[in-house]
Amino acid sequence: MNVLQSNFFELITIIFYCILIFVPLLVGVVLALYADRKIWAAVQKRRGPNVVGPFGLFQVPADGLKFIFKEIILPDSADKTVFLIAPIITLALSIAAWAVIPVQAGVVLANINVGILYIFAISSLGVYGILMAGWASNSKYPFFGALRSAAQMVSYEVSIGFVIVTVLMCVGSLNLSEIVLAQKNIWFFIPLFPMFVVFFISALAETNRPPFDLPEAESELVAGYQTEYSGMPFVLFLFGEYINILLMCAMTTILFLGGWLPPIDVYPLNAIPGFVWFILKVTLVFYMFAMVKAFVPRYRYDQLMRLGWKVFLPLSLLAVVLTSSILFFFKLAPGMS
Amino acid sequence: MSISLLTFYLFSAILLLSSLMVISTKNPVHSVLFLILAFLNAAGIFVILHAEFLAMILIIVYVGAVAVLFLFVVMMLDFKTSLGKDNILQYMPIGLLIGLVFIAELVIVLINTRLDLSNIQILSNPLDNFSGQSNTEAIGSILYTNYVLYFQLSGVILLVAMVGSIVLTLRDREGVKRQIVSEQVDREGKIELVDVKSGEGVDI
Repeated sequence: MNVLQSNFFELITIIFYCILIFVPLLVGVVLALYADRKIWAAVQKRRGPNVVGPFGLFQVPADGLKFIFKEIILPDSADKTVFLIAPIITLALSIAAWAVIPVQAGVVLANINVGILYIFAISSLGVYGILMAGWASNSKYPFFGALRSAAQMVSYEVSIGFVIVTVLMCVGSLNLSEIVLAQKNIWFFIPLFPMFVVFFISALAETNRPPFDLPEAESELVAGYQTEYSGMPFVLFLFGEYINILLMCAMTTILFLGGWLPPIDVYPLNAIPGFVWFILKVTLVFYMFAMVKAFVPRYRYDQLMRLGWKVFLPLSLLAVVLTSSILFFFKLAPGMS
Repeated sequence: MSISLLTFYLFSAILLLSSLMVISTKNPVHSVLFLILAFLNAAGIFVILHAEFLAMILIIVYVGAVAVLFLFVVMMLDFKTSLGKDNILQYMPIGLLIGLVFIAELVIVLINTRLDLSNIQILSNPLDNFSGQSNTEAIGSILYTNYVLYFQLSGVILLVAMVGSIVLTLRDREGVKRQIVSEQVDREGKIELVDVKSGEGVDI
């Protein structure tokens, strides 16, 4: 056991860093849930949550407590192990991806070389939580929801992959911190604006947000893959989903909006610490997510598939060819000048 | 015993156990889930060998895409009726044969190569002229220069397989109404304003 003893200090620091990521993330999720409902309400000229706590701020913790004290119902015909593992996998994966997100210059838990591939890999695993939940529930609606979700997430991952490739060609590194630093002169959403739009819409589809929330379309599938879940497992799904949404917001920020960099590098702006800019930008992207949820009607399933395979895939492929050609002929690619 | 050795034993133990479960568990969906676990642990071993690019690609391609389709198909099966005890005896001879072939191959390989585990660092980084580069860069600079023909050929083979499977399953069904977005959005010449005189109506 001397391995553990010699590495004890290292282990403690890593656990401390994990908590340092996890706690703000939980606060962020609570605020995101609240903001989501408030924005949705404001669009529809309602008040939204306004009773529990000041401005209704404690509504989400109150809901959370309610779920914690509720009974966990295990359906009789469910595959109980898989049924309970599914929400845990969803939450664990969504948190694991945050390990490589840089919130400020040098402030990142794991500054690995293949950061963006890691996030891509983890988010491609996210489909398993939903698939397992849908299958293990052993019920029609969850199963339909799971099948839809699997097809949807696999389709949109392809175009997300190509969008990431276009960004990577402009950067020349897979490291997330270097992707941010490469945007020192110009944020990538200006030269790569079409890809920014494709990425944003694909991110909506990847996180099962409206208008692409077909896996849980309540008018057709009750609640989709979550139908049989109650109490704590349901909360795990909810939190996993929102952490994934925040992750996609953070990804948009890092890939296109310059991460922790200030808009212009002048005195009063660059004195503000980077993580403030990062949080501001994530909030902005989340605001766009919430607005889309509020005023875009849900897609039909064939329209969703058409958009993914017949519009976004050719578009992003074209963008890869175009970007690489421009970078090559004008000698703009990193390491070519 | 270092941390990396400890994690190696952890990963390989789970890898072996889960691959054993793949073939021994009754439920096909559980088999696929254990297969996924095995893939993930193999990716972990790649990371220990400093082959992080391969590890991530293994997860993205095999776990994120191939195994999802596997799971997709297996979940649709009505497996409760297809499993019986006599099946095991039926598949035993061919399974044993294949297992024996694999063991023989492994033994031949192990006898003919002197696998020296003391220089594992060199084994995992066999090309020393890439020493300063990251894993991804090294693979890219070899794959797109020395092996570009093989790389493109394998791409073409995959493309042919894809086209083939689409051709085999494509059939025109009659009576299917397809959505043509351009037609739906296009309103030129399809809308007109007509002054209708009262009592006379208008022909449309």
